Amino acid sequence: MQHLSIFPILIPLLFGAIMLLPPISRDINSQRITSIIGTLFLLISSAVLLYKINAEGVQLYALGGWQAPFGIALVADKVSSLLVLLTAFLAFCVMLYAVAGQDKGGAYFHPLFMFQIMGINGAFLTGDIFNLFVFFEVLLIASYALLIHAGGKQKTQAALHYVILNLVGSSLFLFGLGILYGTLGTLNMADMAIKVGQLQGETATLAKTGALLLLVVFGLKAAMLPMHFWLPKTYASASAPVAALFAIMTKVGIYSIFRVYTVVFGDDAGELANIATPWLWPLALLTIAIGTIGVFASPGIKTLSANLVIVSSGSLLACAAINSEAATSAALYYMVHSTLASAGLFLLADVMSRQRGKAEDRFVRSRPFVQPRLLGFGFSIAALALVGMPPLSGFVGKIMILQATQSSAQTMWVWPLILIGSLAALITFSRAGTTLFWRHNGSAVAEAEPAKTPEIIGIALLLLATPVLVLFGGDISEFTQQAAEHLHDIQGSAYALLPGVAQ
Amino acid sequence: MEGLYAFCVGLLTACGIFLALRGRTFSVVIGLTLLSYAVNLFLFASGRLKLNAAAVLGESEQYSDPLPQALVLTAIVIGFAMTAFAVILAMRARADLGNDHVDGTLPARPGDASKKSGGSQ
Repeated sequence: MQHLSIFPILIPLLFGAIMLLPPISRDINSQRITSIIGTLFLLISSAVLLYKINAEGVQLYALGGWQAPFGIALVADKVSSLLVLLTAFLAFCVMLYAVAGQDKGGAYFHPLFMFQIMGINGAFLTGDIFNLFVFFEVLLIASYALLIHAGGKQKTQAALHYVILNLVGSSLFLFGLGILYGTLGTLNMADMAIKVGQLQGETATLAKTGALLLLVVFGLKAAMLPMHFWLPKTYASASAPVAALFAIMTKVGIYSIFRVYTVVFGDDAGELANIATPWLWPLALLTIAIGTIGVFASPGIKTLSANLVIVSSGSLLACAAINSEAATSAALYYMVHSTLASAGLFLLADVMSRQRGKAEDRFVRSRPFVQPRLLGFGFSIAALALVGMPPLSGFVGKIMILQATQSSAQTMWVWPLILIGSLAALITFSRAGTTLFWRHNGSAVAEAEPAKTPEIIGIALLLLATPVLVLFGGDISEFTQQAAEHLHDIQGSAYALLPGVAQ
Repeated sequence: MEGLYAFCVGLLTACGIFLALRGRTFSVVIGLTLLSYAVNLFLFASGRLKLNAAAVLGESEQYSDPLPQALVLTAIVIGFAMTAFAVILAMRARADLGNDHVDGTLPARPGDASKKSGGSQ
């Protein structure tokens, strides 16, 4: 199975294209079945890919037989295959939720969903920085269209900001790419990592400009502090399955930061070694702080989940700034946890707001839920996981991040911020829970629809992942540790990918 | 030639950023278009500017770097698609929100407020 590493890109592409063709495109039911089959295939092939990478090491896939550094290469290593599997699992759960009726709001939901997954997987797998741009655009244009799925004033307004910001971001990305190509003469990440050490003087300054421009772009995707304003509104206004899928979008930005600033501009980059760290460090801390304020100020549960995404982005950026194997390993574990838990909360918030009539998801007195026990149980699991309380995975993830701090200065900044962030989440969740579940007037209205079985299964799978992440915590953290070692090891992550280059 | 080229790219970028920061969707879309033109020209120059150098091997003594041209081609295609999407979205926003301001609501003009207060006096 030498072609295994391109399957996560090809499967969604093919299924998305099939669903645009007549016999399936006319019938929503066959689209739903095709989508479920497609995401299931994707899940299986990603799991096999991860298993194979774990057993045999990094796989380099030269597209069209053009060898790196001249051709486009896909690199499936432990980091990227873990994130591809995460995407596939998330997509499967979200699709289960969507087929229960949320996909009917607008046209082409299923093909767009598939194209978005294709973009995300491509961004994780590519070993070429221009290809990263192309896959960013693929996932972005699908996300633009998915965001206004089911329409409405709020969505159009949020989409307008989101699209304009990201288009400016794309332009900056290309400026950065142009500068890096002009100075380094290559866009293959492994090749860049080798050549960047030789830059000196003016050329190095120029390359630094390009690299920092890229940091702005990745920061925009990852919701880093000055560029995070689009996120709460966008995520809160998107329809539930879309918001849940978007839970992985900030992680694409974080992943790119890890890949580019650890492998290319990492410890071995000569004059340009660790150029991002002085910027990442304060911005990451401020992102956590502003996210915490947002958590306190959230009027409804969707905005709350969106602000929690900002807090988790900040924590991950702090890990990137600490720049050690332990921190990267913690970040990978926390990335898996926060993606699944926040996606689960987004879906749960939608079920809740459907059962509360006009109050929707806002924290106000309203009529009781139709299924209070089921929703209460799900809500408490999601809350415990996202706050970071034992025994769920948020706790383990946060402990790993806290333990990864190295100097006392790092500890002094990271510990209080992350712990205060958790406290803020705890306070807000308890306030939200009491209002949503205990303070109500009137009786549950009969016409409010209870959650359908596939929806419950989708949410349950996402939320059950957090105890599973703890049960198999030892194995998973060992895996993330190996992945982090690979990322920090320039021999493995750069030289090994270019057979022709002398060391 | 390099100076003129760099000046043009800089001017396009400056105009693009200025227009993208305006409050109306039309000027924002024009700004994004100018920005993408600037990006394309910039990418084209990232393989260095040369005279009498064909990108095809064997056509001339010197040859220019073919990769930036491939990059520009991709960037142009993507840029067009994105601009088209932005235009359609701007039209949709105009229809949904009732005005063409990027925030969806027209800001109150200072002149109106002073007129009102003047009238009450």
